[in-house]
Formats: sequence, structure tokens, C-alpha cells
Amino acid sequence: MSLVQVTDLTVEFGDLRAVDGLSFELAPGAALALVGESGSGKSTVASALLGLHRGTGARVGGSIEVAGTDVRKASDEELRRLRGAKAAMVFQDPLSSLDPYYAIGDQIAEVYRVHTRVSRRVSRARAVEVLDRVGIPDAQRRSRSRPHEFSGGMRQRALIAMALACEPELLIADEPTTALDVTVQAQILDLLHTLREETGMGLLLVTHDVGVAAESVDRVLVMQHGRVVEQGPVAAVLGAPAEAYTRELMAAVPRVDDRRTPSEASDEVVLEATGLRREFGRGKRTFRAVDDVSLTIHRGETLGVVGESGSGKTTLGRMLVGLLEPTAGEVRYDGHARVGVNPAVQMVFQDPVSSLNPRRSVGESIADPLRARGERDEKAIRGRVRELLERVGLEGAHYDRYPHEFSGGQRQRVGIARALAADPRVIVCDEPVSALDVTTQAQVVALLGELQRELGLALVFVAHDLAVVRQVSDRVAVMRGGRIVESGPADEVYDNPQDPYTKQLLAAVPALDPQVAARRRAERRELAAA
Amino acid sequence: MSGFAGFAVRRTVAAVLTLLALSVIIYVVFYATPGNVAQITCGPRCSPEQVHQVAQQLRLDDPLYLRYWHFLEGIVVGQDYSTGTSVEHCSAPCLGQSYQSDQQVMQIILTKLPVSLSLVIGAMVLWLLLGVGTGILSAWRRGRLSERVLTGITLAGLSTPVFVIGLVLMIVVCGQLELLPFPEYVSFSDDPEQWAWGLLLPWLTLALGEAAYFARLTRASMLETLAEDHIRTFRAYGVGERSIVGRHALRGALAPIIALNANDFGSAVGGAVLIESLFGLPGIGQELVHAVNVVDLPVVVGMVLVIGFFVVLANAVADVLYALADRRVVLT
Repeated sequence: MSLVQVTDLTVEFGDLRAVDGLSFELAPGAALALVGESGSGKSTVASALLGLHRGTGARVGGSIEVAGTDVRKASDEELRRLRGAKAAMVFQDPLSSLDPYYAIGDQIAEVYRVHTRVSRRVSRARAVEVLDRVGIPDAQRRSRSRPHEFSGGMRQRALIAMALACEPELLIADEPTTALDVTVQAQILDLLHTLREETGMGLLLVTHDVGVAAESVDRVLVMQHGRVVEQGPVAAVLGAPAEAYTRELMAAVPRVDDRRTPSEASDEVVLEATGLRREFGRGKRTFRAVDDVSLTIHRGETLGVVGESGSGKTTLGRMLVGLLEPTAGEVRYDGHARVGVNPAVQMVFQDPVSSLNPRRSVGESIADPLRARGERDEKAIRGRVRELLERVGLEGAHYDRYPHEFSGGQRQRVGIARALAADPRVIVCDEPVSALDVTTQAQVVALLGELQRELGLALVFVAHDLAVVRQVSDRVAVMRGGRIVESGPADEVYDNPQDPYTKQLLAAVPALDPQVAARRRAERRELAAA
Repeated sequence: MSGFAGFAVRRTVAAVLTLLALSVIIYVVFYATPGNVAQITCGPRCSPEQVHQVAQQLRLDDPLYLRYWHFLEGIVVGQDYSTGTSVEHCSAPCLGQSYQSDQQVMQIILTKLPVSLSLVIGAMVLWLLLGVGTGILSAWRRGRLSERVLTGITLAGLSTPVFVIGLVLMIVVCGQLELLPFPEYVSFSDDPEQWAWGLLLPWLTLALGEAAYFARLTRASMLETLAEDHIRTFRAYGVGERSIVGRHALRGALAPIIALNANDFGSAVGGAVLIESLFGLPGIGQELVHAVNVVDLPVVVGMVLVIGFFVVLANAVADVLYALADRRVVLT
């Protein structure tokens, strides 16, 4: 008998059919990944397996059987006994998925007690045991910490510990590593892999990242618009996709070992930073976010700045644009030291939702730099904005629309148009594609490349994703703890990394080929042991 | 915990500074007014000799800052008054002398304070029980008929003035049903049972209006917490709804409840005038209104300071509790 049997599943929210006639099964101990872009319905399927749509107004059709429980027909009590005990779920954002007010050990103990009816002391001991199992050092003491005292990776480990508490037959992981740094992601995926080897539990992994799927599962199911595109063994589906959509998806995934055709960089230096340092806080609490960073940016080239969260890459980007004043060091534009905002150096922000004012039309937002420059002729402003909208692949008629009417990729295009409005020579892009799906990501990256060639722009591309950075950069700087640990031409840094941290980063990147993934996993174990 | 102790000390210092600032403002507003301060302080029926004596006692010839310093000194170490024939000692904390009633201000306040505190503390217990309880129920039963009924009652509570609630309660409970005697204040030390019976209606009246605010706040913050991701986690792990609402959602609502309660407690000590007059309770609020009416300056100044003390105290306590309730709060 299979562990999960889903037949002809449909889930509707009002008029929207999020899942449409989906069928799949999962054998005990097997691992299946649901892969798809945002809005493909993959998370909805995961929630449906635990009956989490009950009482939310969503209409669920078809049949779902999980570990011998008919989820649609089960009583509330039966469903409660399934959740956490036979099938446990790990969520995407480990900070918001734990109660901020209670100690982590108490939260795990609570879940364990709900299902086992043991004493408080026994359940607390169990919590420490599973925390230890997922690799929390000094688990006894750390079990008394609250979630905010844990790092992102440790929180995700704690959530996995909670899932393990009752020894479930099925683990459902909904984007378990999306909010994490690449090295931490590798650790968590390795942990899931080891746990599966040891306990023999089944895994249903929901992810938008094909690489993550390739690392972790035996079978893949590709979803689009709530339907199955194709499913099968991971090597077959990812190695030789049968469907056009899967091929498109695979083609859009940036690869860390792809070389880039170099751009026409000149020797002319447009922006130069020397000894940049930035501190936050005062006295004993002073925190040095960026420490003695020097770099040069040439006309027409792309400099990739890659680092994990907290490495200081965003702070550096802001100083280059003049949004933040450096504590020490200087930024020289065209050979002259600059203080404050420089219209020739513009910025594109990470979150296209929050970086546009929702109450103003996108045309007004794009017109801001023009007005700031003193342009008063409304006709000229409108004309220029239309031109910019068309330039970034939108329509001139979109001038009067508001940000919520656009998709994430389109909003990022608006952000780029706004940066272009000031006729910049340098654009600093701070994680410009990390909030986007891979296919959209590829389009935005292509747009940036086109603009660069056409306008001779210099780009500083700040990102955590090593593959994307390689795809766009001529030169790369790797940041850690506010310092640049390694820099040089992209191909040199990627093919022959010198710094141990760079090596570690590159080893952590998920591979698309399951065999390569297995080899990398072995390498990581060696690196960790060394 | 050392960080926490430091925070408590800093918070206390801030509270003292706030009170000092308040005392400066109050003193300047009342004693630096144009007109004959001695005449006003002494009262309209004073003879010129008496006015002259008061002027000497208030040291009106001294500059304002010296007079204020003297006033502060009285609060900290006490002071002596000469009444012309004898010398009277006013021990610390001395808030001065009411020439109109010939009593020390502190004495007046000390006779009124127990009444106000009895009223407010009792009512606070009630409003917390009623308000938070109603809030929890309506968050738990959201969308159902019982929640709508509760919301309706809460809205009625919010929009009915306290004197209407009080009057109706008094007419129905004491007048028509004769369940209780008409409220009368009996000191707790004299007869605790009579004290409680006599205060029951004032407590209810004050608590009903307040409880409505707490019900709304509790309901809103619990619903907000219930929509958060960590609640979804516990649902997905088969934790029962009772534990989710009672343990996880309520915990998230605790901090704003503490903050609102501190505010309301502080202001009710001096601000429950309507209830005090309605039920004939000789509390701070009534005395303050009386003192303002007859322009008894020393009493007004003293009372405002004491009321301010309670507001500041309640807020300081709330800040400490708040930090204990939510450890993520950065202590500065």
C-alpha cells in the first residue's frame, strides 16, 4: 500500500482553481518533489494532504489518502491524529513558523504531548533528544531558547526536530530552504537526506528550485497552473524532459558552471571605492557591516558581488549609490570624490513590491527622477516615461496603472525603468531577481544585459545566488563578514577558487544532475570533516 | 538578568524625571499666574492680614525658582509653617497647606486616596476578567452567532456613558429589585464585607465601560495572532483549537493588554469623577473638582502631582511587565 495516494485532486478558492485534477502516489520511504513556479498550486497540494483547507472556505475535490487516513472524509479528531503524528510538515519561513513567546523545547514538547499523552517531563526530554538529533549543539541548554535567539538555519533544524518528534511516516517539506543561505541550505538538505536514510520516512518536498529537488528526491512531479506537466524518476525528468514546459524551466535555471560571453568592458573607470567602511551602533555595540572594501567599476562591465545574509553586500551597494554615508573611505565617480546621492549612479531594489509606492501610478514613480532633475514640462515627462516603459518591455499605456496590477517581474521592470530615468552610467542592482521565478528571473537578467550593451552601463550586481551572479558578471567579488575575501574575473573565481569560503560556497550550490549532487554531498561531508 | 536590572533602574530614573518635569509645569502654571497669588491661595474671605501672612509663608518675595526649590524641599524632607502664633510641622512628603480648609494637603489626599484606590483596583480586576474573557470568547467563536452577540454587547458598552450605566444599575438593582442597599463607602479596615458590598455597583459601572475596550483590544490582537504563521504550524501538528486560542493566541495579545491597562489604571485614579459623584464616594476625583471650583491652589497642585505619580508609576510598571512578557523587546 502506498503512503500517499492522491487521485484527481482539485482545490478551488472562490473562482480560482488552484489545483486541477492532480494525481500522484508516494510509496513508503520514497521521496517525491513537487516542482513549479509561484502560483502553480504546489503548496496548496501540500496543505491539502493534511486537510489544512478545512474551514478556510476552499473547496476540495477528488480523494486524498495519507498513511491510511482518508483526509477528506476523516473526522476532525482523526485528522488531528494524522497531523504531526503520521505526517508532519516543515514550513518555509522558520522564524514566523515558531511561536515567538515560548521556548523552542516547550513547543516541541507540546506537540509531542498532544499525540502521546506522556508526562511533561518525558515530553521535554523527547524535545531535547530530537533537537540533538538534528544537530543543535548543547541541545539541553538551547531547548530553553526562544526562536529569536536562534539563527535561521537553527530555526529550520528546530522545525525539523518538531516534525521528527512523533516519528512520522511522511515528512512534508514546503520550501524548507528558500529563506536560507546557500551553505545553510546545503546543511539542511543533507540533514533531511541523512534522516531519511536513518528513519526510512517518506518525503514530499515542495520547491521552486529544480536544483534543490535534484539533490533530495527520487521522483519529480512538475506542476504548472495546478496540473501535472510531467512526473517520473528525477534523472529522467530533469535529464531528458519530455514536455516543452519542463524544458523551458530547465533552460531558465541559471547554472553555476556556465561560462558567460564577456561584455564589451572598457578600461575607463567610472566608479571607484577605496577603503570603504561602515559601522552601525555606538560604543560597545558597534557593528562593522562593511570593513575596508576597495573596488573599481569600469564602463560597460558587470561586477558581481556575492555573499550570504549579513555579509555586508547591501550596505556596500547603498554606499556606492550614496544612500549611506561611509564611516571611512571614499567613493570616487569619474575620478572625483562624491558625497551624497549621485544621479549618475542609480539603484534597483530587491523587493519590487515594497520599493514602489502602492498609492501612486507606476508612471508617476518613474517620473520622479525626471522631476527631481528639474524637468517641468508634463508632455516631455510623459513622453520620456512612455519611452522608458517600452524600453523595459512594458507598454507606454501602462503609465496610469498601479503597482498591484503588475506581476513581480513586471514590477521589477518598472524599478529598472525608474533607475534608467536619471540617465545613469552605473546601476547598482541589489538582489534584483531573488524574489522572482526562474523563468522571470532569466527575462529580467536578459533585459539588464541588453540595456548594458545598448547604453554602455556599468552594473554592480549584488546577489546571494552564485549561479545568477556567474551568469551576469565579468568580474566577481565574494564578501564575508564585511570584507571581500576573494575577487577576480568570474571564470577564474568560479573555476579555480582560492579562498576556503569561496570553495565552501561553491560546494553548497545545488546541482541539477542527481549524480553530481550526490558527489557534491560527499565532498561537503569531507569539507565538514576537515 | 543584569540587562533587565539595568533596564528597571533606567526606567525608574526616567519616571522620576517625568514627575519632576510635571511638578515644574504645574508649579509654574499655578503659582506664576498674574494676579494676587496670596489672595487666591488664601481664599476670597481672607482679611488683608491673613493674605499678608500667606504671602510670607509662600515666600512670594523670593524669585520663582527659589520658591519652587522650597516646594521640592518640602516634598523630600518636609517643612515647618509658622501660623503666626505657633509653628506647625509638615512632615515629608509635604505638599503644602490648604488655607481654605486649614488642613495639610497630604492629609486631605490621604483620606481620599483609599476610596479612589478601592474603586479603581476592584474595578480593574473586574474589567480585566470581563473584558479579556469576552475578547477571548469572541476571538474563539469568530464568525458564529455567539461572537456577533458579544460584539453587539461590547459596542453597546463602548457607546453608553458611564453615568447612564451607573444610574440604570442603581435604579434597577437598588431601587426596584432591592437586591443591594444604595452604595455607601465603608472603609476596608472598618468592615471588609460592607466595603465590598458598598463598592460593588461602582466597580461594575466603571468596569463595564472599560471592559468593552479590553474586549475589543483582546479580540483584535488575538485575531491578528491567529492569522500568523506559527498558529498554522500548531494546527498542522494536530494541536487542539482550545490550546491554540488559549495558549498561543492569547500570549500574543498579552503585551497590548498590559499597556492599555496601565494607562487606564493610572488615569482612573484621578479621573473617575463621574462615578465618584454618582455614587457619593469621597474620592480623589471629587475632591479635585471641589478644589478647582473654590480655587484652592495648594490642593489642586498636590492632587495633580499625586495623580501624575500614579500615571507615571502605572506606566513604569507596564514597561517592566511588557519587557517580561515579550523578551524580544530591546531594553533601552
